[in-house]
Amino acid sequence: MTALPETLPTTVPQALPAPRSLARRAGFARDVLSIAGRSLRQARREPETLFPPIFVPVFFFAIFVGSLESIFGQAGIDQFRAFQLPVSIVIAVTGVTRAPAVVTDIMNGYFDRLLLSPVNRLALLLGMMVADLAIVAALTVPVLAMGALVGVEFVTGVPGMLAFVGVALAWSLAYVGILYAVALRTANPTVTAQTFLLFFPFVFLSTTIVPREQMSGWMASVAGVNPLTYVYGALRSLIVDGWAQAPLLKGFVAIAAVGLVAHTLAYLALRGRVSRG
Amino acid sequence: MDPRVAVSPQLSGGLVAPAIIARDLRRRFGDKTAVDGVDLQVPAGQIYGFLGANGAGKSTTVRMLCALLTPSAGSAWVAGHDVATDPIGVHLAIGAALQATAIDDKQTGLEHLELQGRLYGLRRREISRRIAELSELIDLGDALRRPAGSYSGGMKRRLDLALALIHNPSVLFLDEPTTGLDPVSRFALWDEVRRLNRERGTTVFLTTQYLEEADELAERVGIIARGRLVVEDTPDALKRRVGADMVVARVDGDTEVAVRALRALPEVESVDVAASEITARVGDGPTAVTPVALALSGAGVPVESLTLRRPTLDDVFLAVTGRRMAGVEAGEELATTGGASR
Repeated sequence: MTALPETLPTTVPQALPAPRSLARRAGFARDVLSIAGRSLRQARREPETLFPPIFVPVFFFAIFVGSLESIFGQAGIDQFRAFQLPVSIVIAVTGVTRAPAVVTDIMNGYFDRLLLSPVNRLALLLGMMVADLAIVAALTVPVLAMGALVGVEFVTGVPGMLAFVGVALAWSLAYVGILYAVALRTANPTVTAQTFLLFFPFVFLSTTIVPREQMSGWMASVAGVNPLTYVYGALRSLIVDGWAQAPLLKGFVAIAAVGLVAHTLAYLALRGRVSRG
Repeated sequence: MDPRVAVSPQLSGGLVAPAIIARDLRRRFGDKTAVDGVDLQVPAGQIYGFLGANGAGKSTTVRMLCALLTPSAGSAWVAGHDVATDPIGVHLAIGAALQATAIDDKQTGLEHLELQGRLYGLRRREISRRIAELSELIDLGDALRRPAGSYSGGMKRRLDLALALIHNPSVLFLDEPTTGLDPVSRFALWDEVRRLNRERGTTVFLTTQYLEEADELAERVGIIARGRLVVEDTPDALKRRVGADMVVARVDGDTEVAVRALRALPEVESVDVAASEITARVGDGPTAVTPVALALSGAGVPVESLTLRRPTLDDVFLAVTGRRMAGVEAGEELATTGGASR
């Protein structure tokens, strides 16, 4: 620390003792929970943002099953509903995030208000991600209920169903890193809103509609390097195959790879945003 | 010196530790220099007014002192904490209401205050007590439980100030706190700033474009122009520097002719021009009014009005920056003589 200069002659000889600030660092966990709590309150006041992740998975499930189930049955795939349930849960949880709220905070000055406090800077990001996870966990319930209604059964039982939700939440958490990276880096609502377009190559250049073995040419090659293909593999194995190690391991590696890249970008964007340079 | 000494205001020998110190503080953004070597010291317990037009460097200086922005050069300490190396120490000691009212429209006023209290590490009881203490300032009544998106500008400003005060900071930064407020809300906020300073000894660093605000509140005023602190003193001392009295003539004619006529008078110390308004600084106003009127009449310059008044901070601002603050506030680029003093 640079040496403090000498005191100066007083111009306020009757100055009162300075008030003692009550502030102290709250601690990392409390900071994360405080930020998460705020995000959840915001989400509660914007219920309209939750309609798409509830409605769209049901819509796609109905369309895919209604139009393709008999065709796949003729091709020898007899559990098409079980094949499609992972698609529904992935559509339900992918990109559900409070990241756009970060842009609003930056634009209206509230982010500066947070930075003026002694809050742990990483907690600003992790708190919002914790809120995202809580919201996404709730969004898996309608998908599971729909699966049960149409007769999809987990050969792995209730533990497998919980693992199924766990894989979906892990995928969701890994993916939102990209959205936070864009929101924090650009602070631009239009650019942040357009990141939903990333969802399409991830979902439709993978095994969303047909197994990879049924694909040919470039589509099979692209699906082979799309991490979502392996996430689907892990999810489907929990419904149909049991506790198969290989697809679960591949799914874990795919999620970890996406998470590593996305969260590194998000962390760098946060560091840039909170840097005082 | 132990930096903690600086938060203890009364030292031996009649010395007061500065709450804020800036030494050759500079900030560049690319090729542009926003703050160009600001030196200032604010003793603990003082209200310091930082005056400047838009773009003069006020907010950049505040952001550096609040440890939101690293200085490009120079150094600063707030409440004994180095803004460059101990930003969290600064944040724990200060409260700030920055230029943009930092309110989340989705949260209620109460949720704002509770969250702010938690982030500053206050316990639940402390938060409740501080909200009760700040309730008079907030003065939102039942609206405190409504989302802030429904608040008026004045209500948001009051909530913003309460957020800055939730942890009872020793130094309070207010960056243009009354911009956009109606007169009633403005006077109420002035009263609150005075009360905080008087009753709690809170040091207040206030930036403003309103000269009246600085005159009313500040014990000491610094004027910043083009990133430099051009003058600093008590409001009365600054006004005395300008001259004892001012004779202001609004003319409808050639101002250059009028200026020449006035400069020839022995009673006139200097002359400034802003648009059609000519300000003559004189030693003794009552005896100078008649010669000024006769000189303008003799020069053939029609006079619309002639006023005798004491110097204001606006006159100080004109003298040190070459432009009138009031015109800058209104977005009006005034034609000035650029310090056309004799």
